[in-house]
Amino acid sequence: MMKTRILFGLQLVFTLLVAAFLIVPALLSMVAGVTVNYFRGIRSGVTLDWIGQVWTLYADTIGRSFEVALATLLVTLLIGIPAAYALHRRGGRFSRVVEEIITLPIAIPGLATALALILTYGGFGDFRRSWLFILAGHVIFTLPFMVRAVMAVFATIDVKTLDESAASLGASPWRRFRDVIVPNAKPGVLAGALMVVTLSLGEFNLTWMLHTPLTKTLPVGLADSYASMRLEIASAYTLIFFVMIIPLLVAMQMIGDSTRLMTGRKS
Amino acid sequence: MTEVQGVSVHLQACAKTFPDGTRALEAVSLDVARGETMVFLGPSGCGKTTTLRIIAGLERPDAGGRVLFDGEDVTHLPIERRKVGMVFQSYALFPNMSVAENIGYSLKIRGIDRAERAARVAELMALTGIGGLENRSIDQLSGGQRQRVALARAVAMRPRVLLLDEPLTALDASLRERLRAELNRLLRSLGITAVYVTHDQAEAMALGDRIVVMRSGAIAQIGTPREIYFEPANRFVAEFVGAANILEAEAGEGFLALRGGRLPIGGSAKAVKGNVVAMVRPEAVTFVAPEGALLTGRVETVSFIGDRLRCTVVGVSERPLSIDAPNTISVSPGDQVGLSIDPDAVRLFPKESA
Ligand SMILES: Nc1ncnc2c1ncn2[C@@H]1O[C@H](COP(=O)(O)OP(=O)(O)OP(=O)(O)O)[C@@H](O)[C@H]1O
Ligand SMILES: [Mg+2]
Repeated sequence: MMKTRILFGLQLVFTLLVAAFLIVPALLSMVAGVTVNYFRGIRSGVTLDWIGQVWTLYADTIGRSFEVALATLLVTLLIGIPAAYALHRRGGRFSRVVEEIITLPIAIPGLATALALILTYGGFGDFRRSWLFILAGHVIFTLPFMVRAVMAVFATIDVKTLDESAASLGASPWRRFRDVIVPNAKPGVLAGALMVVTLSLGEFNLTWMLHTPLTKTLPVGLADSYASMRLEIASAYTLIFFVMIIPLLVAMQMIGDSTRLMTGRKS
Repeated sequence: MTEVQGVSVHLQACAKTFPDGTRALEAVSLDVARGETMVFLGPSGCGKTTTLRIIAGLERPDAGGRVLFDGEDVTHLPIERRKVGMVFQSYALFPNMSVAENIGYSLKIRGIDRAERAARVAELMALTGIGGLENRSIDQLSGGQRQRVALARAVAMRPRVLLLDEPLTALDASLRERLRAELNRLLRSLGITAVYVTHDQAEAMALGDRIVVMRSGAIAQIGTPREIYFEPANRFVAEFVGAANILEAEAGEGFLALRGGRLPIGGSAKAVKGNVVAMVRPEAVTFVAPEGALLTGRVETVSFIGDRLRCTVVGVSERPLSIDAPNTISVSPGDQVGLSIDPDAVRLFPKESA
């Protein structure tokens, strides 16, 4: 009895320490973003000036990041759901090989992927210079997350029989996909979508290699500001990034919970 | 009974070999008449579901096989264009739709307008006894309710043939019995052509106008429930459908020579001579006084199972003989008994049809 309580206490302290270790730097950084002079500390006063400056300097990167993230989402939805369905239906070794191949970009460094893209498509000047080049990189990087999330849901429901029963009721392959397959894959699609958006917003490696001065995204701009601006501006930038990304992370967690509940009830 | 709906179904030399080489079905030919309920009965893995899926259009028969609906060749029509209704063992209801949306889905696909759809759905829900559940979601339904939704959904667009794959297997015994009766009433009142797959012989007997008994991918016998029960074509059918005593004996002069005496055989079987395999149902055997009886033996076990006594008697044939006796008589293990068997109830098979 006593022993379990001590054990619990120790675990709690350990957890809090780890959490503090991870959270304190983030908090400090955010606080720095609203401090008048970081070296004099918070006593120097609180200000939104830095945030204002970030906005005037980097608003375009923020906008572009959202543009890229939404476009990435759209493309991964359009490719990822049908791909996941096809891989699930086909099954067997071929599907596993394909799945491994599309998962590869997660494992290999973003720089390598970017280099490969530049080597292959660098010659297409207009494409190279446009934000679509970054979009291509992001799609390659995030697609496996969408495909896997959707496939995970397919594995828990009997999609083959659902598809057959819709067919017996007269539905064409397209209607079956639209009316039955996609709606029942919704938890996976949602989880995958949030994952894709979050990853795309925060992606740095690939993007840094792929960007041009005119196609900076938020994380690239962030690196820029760390290198060349006052610490307070870089920190304010971080603050903006946090404010954008935290709601997405929370939503992701909530969806994760609700799908776990759903599948838990089924099994 | 209402007017007969649906088509006749003709399978012509439909064999099925799966891509992995499994030979699920030998070339099978059979006819299902308009409005008839045909039951496929057989042990697990004998090809019932495969045959049903060939009729549905979910599997293609091997080259040479043909499926005809009212004479029209539908072999190459995909299921969505065959206009069949199907009830799956797992029901396969759409979790993303309400009960009413599930039932009305086939009507929606066919572009039937909302008002007409609602009316038809209401009619079907009343017919299947699930009125009031239209807005429920699927996971709020009991097993029996799901079964009814699946059935209502399958018949909503008045299919040419209704296909049911073990629709009651997922339910517990008492519910199964009740739904079986309900299903029977529904099939008769719809007058629809139906093909019903089961491995439960009681279900097959109760529902089938005719029964196809299958064994390892081939048809063992097709007949009415009475024919299948009283005149099984071979030993497999006799043993699979109902309980059967199999007697291996010498036949001659209108008798079977058994260890426990002589068993008269009737009808055309009289002419048979030599080694035969005979079948007698347990309820065709009656106890008589041992004195002067043609067959005698000793009671080995007696179990009271409510509506009757199930006894075994040794010394009559090689194996103990099972007998179903009225629950009013009194016999006990060890009793010497005489047995009488109606000659017409003895069925002979050629020996090789093991
Ligand atoms: N897609 C498939 N690929 C390979 N073999 C299959 C496939 N579907 C069925 N089989 C095999 O074909 C044979 C017949 O299967 P089928 O499902 O028709 O049997 P069944 O009579 O319906 O049995 P049960 O009562 O168990 O449902 C079995 O040996 C089965 O393993
Ligand atoms: Mg089956």
